Amino acid sequence: MSTEVMLNEFKEISQHPYRVLSQYKQEGKKVIGVLPYYAPVELVVAAGMVPMGIWGSNSKTISMAKEYCATFYCTIAQLALEMLLDGTLDQLDGIITPTICDTLRPMSQNIRVAMSEKLPCIFLAHPQNRKPSFGLQFTMDQYNHVKAELEKISGSAITDEALREAIKVMNRNRAARREFVKLAGEHPETISAVTRSAVLRAAWFMEPVAYAQKLEALNAQLSALPVQPWKGRKVVTSGIICDNPKLLQIFDDNKIAIAADDVAHESRAIRVDAAETGDPMMALAQQFADQDYDVLLYDEHSNQNRRADYVVDLVKKSGAQGLVLFMQQFCDPEEMEYPYLKKALDDAGIPHIKLGIDQQMRDFGQASTAIQAFADVL
Amino acid sequence: MAKEVSPGVKALRKVVEDVYADARKAHAEGKLVGWSSSKFPCELAEAFDLNVMYPENQAAGIAANRDGEIMCKAAEDLGFDNDICGYARISLAYAAGKRASRKFDPETLEFIIDPSTGKPLKDENGNVVIDPETGKPKKDPKTMQPYTVLDDIYEIEALPETTEKEIAYKNFRREAIKPYRQMRMPQPDFVLCCNNICNCMTKWYENIARMRNIPLIMIDIPYNNTVDVHDTNVAYGRAQFDAAIHQLEQITGKKFDEKKFEHACENANRTAKAWLRVCDYLQYKPAPYSGFDLFNHMADVVTARGKVEAAEAFELLEQDLAEAVKNGTSTTPFPEKFRVMFEGIPCWPKLPNLFKPLKANGVNVTAVVYAPAFGFVYNNMDEMARAYYKAPNSVCIEQGVDWREGICRDNKVDGVLVHYNRSCKPWSGYMAEMQRRFTKDLGVPCAGFDGDQADPRNFNEAQYMTRVQGLVEAMEANMANKEAEGK
Repeated sequence: MSTEVMLNEFKEISQHPYRVLSQYKQEGKKVIGVLPYYAPVELVVAAGMVPMGIWGSNSKTISMAKEYCATFYCTIAQLALEMLLDGTLDQLDGIITPTICDTLRPMSQNIRVAMSEKLPCIFLAHPQNRKPSFGLQFTMDQYNHVKAELEKISGSAITDEALREAIKVMNRNRAARREFVKLAGEHPETISAVTRSAVLRAAWFMEPVAYAQKLEALNAQLSALPVQPWKGRKVVTSGIICDNPKLLQIFDDNKIAIAADDVAHESRAIRVDAAETGDPMMALAQQFADQDYDVLLYDEHSNQNRRADYVVDLVKKSGAQGLVLFMQQFCDPEEMEYPYLKKALDDAGIPHIKLGIDQQMRDFGQASTAIQAFADVL
Repeated sequence: MAKEVSPGVKALRKVVEDVYADARKAHAEGKLVGWSSSKFPCELAEAFDLNVMYPENQAAGIAANRDGEIMCKAAEDLGFDNDICGYARISLAYAAGKRASRKFDPETLEFIIDPSTGKPLKDENGNVVIDPETGKPKKDPKTMQPYTVLDDIYEIEALPETTEKEIAYKNFRREAIKPYRQMRMPQPDFVLCCNNICNCMTKWYENIARMRNIPLIMIDIPYNNTVDVHDTNVAYGRAQFDAAIHQLEQITGKKFDEKKFEHACENANRTAKAWLRVCDYLQYKPAPYSGFDLFNHMADVVTARGKVEAAEAFELLEQDLAEAVKNGTSTTPFPEKFRVMFEGIPCWPKLPNLFKPLKANGVNVTAVVYAPAFGFVYNNMDEMARAYYKAPNSVCIEQGVDWREGICRDNKVDGVLVHYNRSCKPWSGYMAEMQRRFTKDLGVPCAGFDGDQADPRNFNEAQYMTRVQGLVEAMEANMANKEAEGK
């Protein structure tokens, strides 16, 4: 299969998650919606069900969700609720609602209330003190709750063996994504910003094994390509999500390649694997404990600026000339960490721009001007 | 004539003054001063005799002193988005060294008065004196204030002090910082964070720790989806208490004093119980005071609930209230026609504006959610861990509704006024559903308005007036219907 054909397949899936969901249902599979962030999809896989990431929508308009939300909530969460209310996600068999930010806390309640007669909602509260033994224990307690709820939906018990297998599947899936991110940074002439996003976005909709296989095949072809000199610029992207093709087209139009990312929807979600041996539930808890450098997570070395230093290091190692921060509107965790990110970038002499975005954006004129101007200074 | 203040209220005011004064003294003596989130288990710090300040209480005070905007803007200039909680912005600006100060002439070292400030001058008969030149009321010079400007304590400290003139200037600039207690709070040597009210708290305190390069003690209380707090949550909370004690031992170089801890717990329980009994006086019809008074007393329950003085002051207030009920008096300065629950944190910079249409329509606030929010009552460390899970924004919707409907019933409210607080996403995030439940379960009308706990730019007075009017009309209609049914 040619690279182009494979890329088109990823694009198709990325653009039409509803079709993918319908396909799984036709095949008799059960599908569990997974809201951001850090839900243990391994448990869904181990239960023989399909995890489907829900990160809002670039084409829907907030309407019914207004019955639950004031305007000052992130559009990702509001549009997730919108799709639950308007029937887009009616085929789901359950949904996992993590609560690690201040919007997701009350949203977990709104979703549970709104879906009370429609869909089982599986609540998940991660700990912030996640590294000490009591934090690991609490993560396991929470994951055991998720496991029990998933078992009710699937109708069968999740064995340790199945969970260990699922961990292997997800490790493989994450490894393929990490490899792709690296290859995409090396081959911007083949992988445009729009395409890169489509491939990574498809990961949230496809069955993990099938996705890993397909991506490994693509990666094999990309690694066989000779590295060509890139005439444009390279940047690192940062933020919660930047999967709008129209926005990313501006990068491609200005020959700005994405060398690496610090994006929750992309690399932040795949940095850490779980151990494939030992107690699998502990392996998942340890995996969450090992997540770091994230605006959403408590840093026990908070008097240092570790997260920003990590991002600066990422820029340097990736060979990027600057950083583009996609500031999701109303995302206070990102906003809270911006001053210290800016400081570290400035200290390191790395230029950056902060682009305010949300998923209701339809006009990218202003963003286009800002990105063009930024490309000129790189 | 100044409003008469009851002994209980006086005592409560003194308790808070003392907490701030003690911290200033400790700081001056080189002792450690910590900053703590309002619902961090204060009992732990009390066991180490630590002086602790409360940035939320401070931010509310700064906002009520009309310096919320200048401090919020200072934080925005540091890069913090104006979407971030107003308390957090004020606190982060303060931690960075920013202060609201009084403008002065650097040559003469005299304050420069803002002509727009001040109250009208009155003659001996109490009549406003008109300026014959302008035809407008004259200002009382004693009430006029200098312009407010932003200053920075670290900039001040870096100033040279070799010549007499330099020394005089530096000292004057230090003293020009506004003299109210919240603007003179000592900088922190350590921070105590408990995120039971919001996750914003986590990053807020991390930022402070980074700015000042100081230790942070983190007690993480995950959000709850059930009314009952699960044993696994209690175990997680309890283990963190032990870890926090260990960290405090390292910071202070002292051993944990169990006796002092038990004593602090006794005080905290006694304060919480007295607080709840004071809150219950709003059940009387008419109420002997207004819920707005309760907002003022929150400062005590936040800053001093582990101190015996706070418990005693609330008990004194209780006696005052018993007396008021017996005499049929109230501190509410108007006859009570309607009783409402005020949902959310008040808009501190706009308290008079909030109060105005309520007073005009005889609406007394007889229920506020803070009543149950600070009623931490427990008998042992496990129960204490369980209690700290029950903060306003850490509980599920059923618990939140149950608390509110409980006080609405007990305190006999006719309606609910809901503050959609731009600063507080976790609080405002399920209010729409709660409003529907209040109306369905209690048959009372609800009205929502947009505001902010600290940033005056987010309050729209015209909208507020309209919403209050709408609520009053709905309550009137409800009452008329009830009367008609009764006949």
